[in-house]
Amino acid sequence: MTAGAALVLRGVRRTFGTTVALDDAHCTVRAGTVHALLGENGAGKTTLMRIVFGLLAADSGELLVNGHPVRFRSSAEAIVQGIGMVHQHFMLVPSMTATENVALGGKGRLDQRAIAVRIRAISASSGLVVDPDSRVSDLPVGAQQRLEIVKALAHDARILILDEPTAVLTPNESEELAQWLRRYASDGGTVVLITHKLREALELADDVTVLRRGRTVLTAARAEVSEAEIVRALTGKAAAERSSRPHRHVQGTVAPVLALDGVSYEDSRGVARLRDVSLAVRGGEVLGVLGVEGSGQRELLRILAGRLQPTRGRVQRPERVGFIPEDRLHDALIPALTLVENVALADAKHLRGMIDWATTRQRTNTLIEEFEIRTAGPLALASSLSGGNQQKFVAGRERTIASQAMVAENPTRGLDIRAAARVLDEIGALAGDPPPAVVFHSTDLEEVLAIATRVVVCYEGRVTEVTPGSDSNDRTPYTRAMTGAI
Amino acid sequence: MDALLALWDGAFGSAYAIWSATLVRATPLLLVGLAVAIAFRAGVLNIGAEGQLLLGAIAATAVAQACASWPHPLVVLAMIVAGAAAGAAWAGIAAWLRRRFDVLEVISTIMLNFVALAFVSWMVRGPLQEPTGIYPQSSTIAASARWPFLIDGQRLHLGFALGVIIALVAWFTLAHTAAGFRVRVVGAGPQAAANAGGVDVRRTLFGVFLLSGACAGLAGASEVGGVTWALYEGISPGYGYTAIAVALLARLDPRWVIVSAVFFGALEAGAAAMQRDAGVPSVVVQVVVAVVVLSVLAAGSARDRASARRANVHAEGL
Repeated sequence: MTAGAALVLRGVRRTFGTTVALDDAHCTVRAGTVHALLGENGAGKTTLMRIVFGLLAADSGELLVNGHPVRFRSSAEAIVQGIGMVHQHFMLVPSMTATENVALGGKGRLDQRAIAVRIRAISASSGLVVDPDSRVSDLPVGAQQRLEIVKALAHDARILILDEPTAVLTPNESEELAQWLRRYASDGGTVVLITHKLREALELADDVTVLRRGRTVLTAARAEVSEAEIVRALTGKAAAERSSRPHRHVQGTVAPVLALDGVSYEDSRGVARLRDVSLAVRGGEVLGVLGVEGSGQRELLRILAGRLQPTRGRVQRPERVGFIPEDRLHDALIPALTLVENVALADAKHLRGMIDWATTRQRTNTLIEEFEIRTAGPLALASSLSGGNQQKFVAGRERTIASQAMVAENPTRGLDIRAAARVLDEIGALAGDPPPAVVFHSTDLEEVLAIATRVVVCYEGRVTEVTPGSDSNDRTPYTRAMTGAI
Repeated sequence: MDALLALWDGAFGSAYAIWSATLVRATPLLLVGLAVAIAFRAGVLNIGAEGQLLLGAIAATAVAQACASWPHPLVVLAMIVAGAAAGAAWAGIAAWLRRRFDVLEVISTIMLNFVALAFVSWMVRGPLQEPTGIYPQSSTIAASARWPFLIDGQRLHLGFALGVIIALVAWFTLAHTAAGFRVRVVGAGPQAAANAGGVDVRRTLFGVFLLSGACAGLAGASEVGGVTWALYEGISPGYGYTAIAVALLARLDPRWVIVSAVFFGALEAGAAAMQRDAGVPSVVVQVVVAVVVLSVLAAGSARDRASARRANVHAEGL
């Protein structure tokens, strides 16, 4: 392991119009280490790494790669210097095969067979298994991410930048990725990990850099700083303990608000996604739903929310159920429309005759105030909101239209610690008389345990309730159920 | 310079130029432009307005022949209904294919345009041919079937008034009513419209498709009833295609479709005059039209990109 600096950034500044995205950002990434780049949403992490990868130009500041000053005009130049980047939203062409995706950006003759051989060789040496002939749209998310990494490795990347790589992964997949990154670093590779999952950064990183509002506020070896110091650097204040209340006993309403009886669902290809599911959620309960990708939780949530009709079985639910879908930009919001119109969107099915825009605008204003949404005003486009504010907007809107029941799917995805904690607190403490029934799914086990009053696990379309063992800190009953090891 | 003067005179230089040339030429562009604008707003890429117009013209001619003995207002009303219905039915084929089999409407409607053309050819040589059987066209429709003129001594006819009314109604519906809002959300974000709004996207698309076809069919009826008084093969010099430019120039806003249709009507009227008086080929005007449309579209998309960039800065959280 060398102590040389793979990457040095000094005094990097970048503005977008009047917004200062980066101002005096600096850090030194030692070769052969995993370097975590932490920061809240909008802190400038991604912008900084896009500059390193040549996608953006810095207004001022220095960038040194392996000791040599560079100034990239495109990502192609960065790739030549051995830098690879795995974006949060994958840059793959879904209709092409893995081989074709790796070949993208190449010059001259396209030798598919040589590339396929190269992919197999990289798969064999790195353990990142990717079938060169598979079509990207057929690959699960975890495999798509492996392909992104393989793509970077195929271009001989020695410095790998990963932007929120675990956001879409299950706990097991995240664990595999972490192990692989450690191995890559110990073989001399350099990893920059953009994340806002503090725990992940603490477990994995050798060094930590924290950005806040475009400035580097902390950069140190992991061993030299405490968790509390990092949290303070992230948020600018001391860490607030999040209230944890696993498996509270909740009286709830007598009659269930949401209930499924023998519900099954088959998708359009006839594959069974849910098999004979029966469950009931009473008012005041928070039902936590766990499950690895593709276990049926997606369908379960949508059936409960009334967005999907089951193939068989009975569903009991109020006329309107609030729903916070995972992909809020596509499923919950229309980016090209204003906030007022996006408020009206939730009522689109029920509206009749004329739309009273003045009242809708007032409702939007109330929503903006009540949920502290940072925006230029009700007539701002939904696309102008930051991720956290979009989420608050959706959550607020759904709450105002559906008072009896709420279904939330990965609501903290892409949010920073503070915004995520807020969303979780709000979901866990939804009030009302009678209190609403809440169904909550997250890929983060700790999040679910923190706010759920009961927990069910989806596995291969079956849904089972899991009760904690005698030791309430023991996570094994849940992880065993999620992987079908019961 | 002479050419430009001739262009201006031909379009706006006299009462005749305005009321009998420019606005008469603007009428089909207005109706078909609305058909395209409404469809595009919902995300339906109806390229087949040309064919829907032709079907409307056929139906209106047939009704005019069959009902010639009816009182004047009734015949005109029957032509309007028949034209709109035929246009909607023709669009309905593509709409049904889309709804049932997910056939892309860009392909199906453009194919149906050719079928419609062939259909007209057959009609004017078969069932609707004039009695002598010499010319490939229908006989002239009876006086009772001719649409009323709006101004004495000028050729501007009922079709233009219908177009303006439909434009205003369409604008109001899109901006202020629940049904119009559903059309807009389906166009702007079909996935969110279905998931967050519970809107039946397929049904909405189907409905808008039919309305769009009805509008284009009405344009066909209006040409037969107000201008040509007969059906023949060249009845539409590609109105259905020019209308796409009309709608895009108006940025799909029905109110602006009126303005943009008049603009295109003026260019066509002026081009004819320019060719006649200044000897400049009217093709030059088509070049001008193309440049104008491209400039407007480029300016529009540059503006969209700029605002998207600003929005992105916030959305990505930097």
